[in-house]
Amino acid sequence: MRFAFILSETFSGIRRNLSMVISVVLVTFISLTFVGSAGLLQMQINQMKGYWYDRVEVAIFLCNDTSTASSCAGGGVTDSQRDAIEAQLASEQAAAYVESYEYESQEQALELFQQQYANLDMAESVTADQLPESFRVSLVDPEQYEVVNEMFSGMAGVEVVSDQRELLESLFSLMNIASVIAIALAIIMLITAILLIATTIRLSAFSRRRETGIMRLVGASKTMIQLPFLAEGVVAALLGAALASIATWTIAKFFIADWLASEYPQTGFITSTDALWLVPLLFLIALVLAAVSSMLTLRRYLKV
Amino acid sequence: MIRFEDVTKVYDTTSRPALNGVTTEIERGEFVFLVGPSGSGKSTFIRLVQREEKASSGTVYVSGRDVSRLSSWRVPHLRRDLGVVFQDFRLLPNKNVFANVAFAMQVLGKRRGLINQAIPEVLETVGLQDKARRFPHELSGGEQQRVAIARAAVNKPAILLADEPTGNLDPDTSWGIMEVLDTIHQNGTTVVMATHDHEIVNTMRRRVIELDAGKIVRDEPEAGYEPADSTAQVQSRLRKSEVR
Repeated sequence: MRFAFILSETFSGIRRNLSMVISVVLVTFISLTFVGSAGLLQMQINQMKGYWYDRVEVAIFLCNDTSTASSCAGGGVTDSQRDAIEAQLASEQAAAYVESYEYESQEQALELFQQQYANLDMAESVTADQLPESFRVSLVDPEQYEVVNEMFSGMAGVEVVSDQRELLESLFSLMNIASVIAIALAIIMLITAILLIATTIRLSAFSRRRETGIMRLVGASKTMIQLPFLAEGVVAALLGAALASIATWTIAKFFIADWLASEYPQTGFITSTDALWLVPLLFLIALVLAAVSSMLTLRRYLKV
Repeated sequence: MIRFEDVTKVYDTTSRPALNGVTTEIERGEFVFLVGPSGSGKSTFIRLVQREEKASSGTVYVSGRDVSRLSSWRVPHLRRDLGVVFQDFRLLPNKNVFANVAFAMQVLGKRRGLINQAIPEVLETVGLQDKARRFPHELSGGEQQRVAIARAAVNKPAILLADEPTGNLDPDTSWGIMEVLDTIHQNGTTVVMATHDHEIVNTMRRRVIELDAGKIVRDEPEAGYEPADSTAQVQSRLRKSEVR
């Protein structure tokens, strides 16, 4: 009886206030979609980090005869220098950081180069001795690049130690900026949503002031008086969250998992199932929204 | 039942108190008229009993409870012991008579069976048993006030507070309302009625508490009420303002 009554009061409130409730639904929908998109971006960044960091290595480029770097003043790397570097890689000291390493000769480098740039005319004219030989090192912990850099960059015959992660970092920082922007927009929209829900509750309280006045008069409990208004905000916010969840999932499914993944097959992308992890988060935010705006409003406009 | 101990209520510190050191007691089962000119503190008296307002100083006891020390979530329990009727009826225009009265029971979570049993009884008490399906705009003012009384009485409160219940009604209709209030009183309910309708007070011969400028100036059993000639008062006030 009591529950059914509160429910019917809630829905009559929504009916009377339909346009406001719809605007609350839409604003929550948009703001939570921004939150969801930022979430997807972050998930994608993590996914790519995991994917690439396993494949990306530290390259120790050795001097060749054409190197111009100051560390290569003595000309191309000698056999004894190369052996010393390899011994260092295999040493106990390095074992804590180096998982494995591979030697890449100038010929192998040329082969890879020609594969990667097969469509450039220049690829034909490059010769093996223009390219550096290198040690491809994969690290136990990719974050430990600096230690490895220090260990090898001072050695004779080493031109440069390069961390190929750096290339990716710039991409990731771009994606991070994008997700920060999305979060910033989301926060602005969420504040709008809070104020809008507060206004909706206030309007609703005003349009039902006769009812609430009588409820107070006959001694209805605080719950009985305030719950329908609270529920109104919660229902609208949850509807918005539901729409935002669908939108987020749609982006993950059709844009990322289907389209991007087929355009860039060699890259690891998140799947639409991963996007489902964001759904509880979006619903939680919606609940917090409704709770905050109700606290702002009920105390002031629905005194008992 | 209701006890005021040196109660003062100040709404606005710059003007005089609405109630000023009022001490009185109303016993269970009494029928009391609260009389006095506009602004004498009658409505404030009723609002203090309901705890719509808190006393600035002094203590108000209702059914043995100090209402100012009631926590806000206990206030609804106090109000379930009170039925309140106003000059402006305060009915819900989109609900019919039955639903208006039922609303007061629904919001307290009463069972449907109880509601269906209690409402015909209370509508009979106020004489509206044939009009349960009518909407407020289809009723006369007197009938609307009967609905409001039915709503106030349906939860069987110990005290019925009526703030100028006949203020909007013509004399004949007012008598009908008084009969209804009298019936409810005879069923054991304490009735406190604020009014400045001297004809009613003089005919009923009940206890009269007269307020003037926030103070009790008279408290007599089975008394009458002769208000100062309000027309003369207004005229003299108008004249003064002209002089200024």
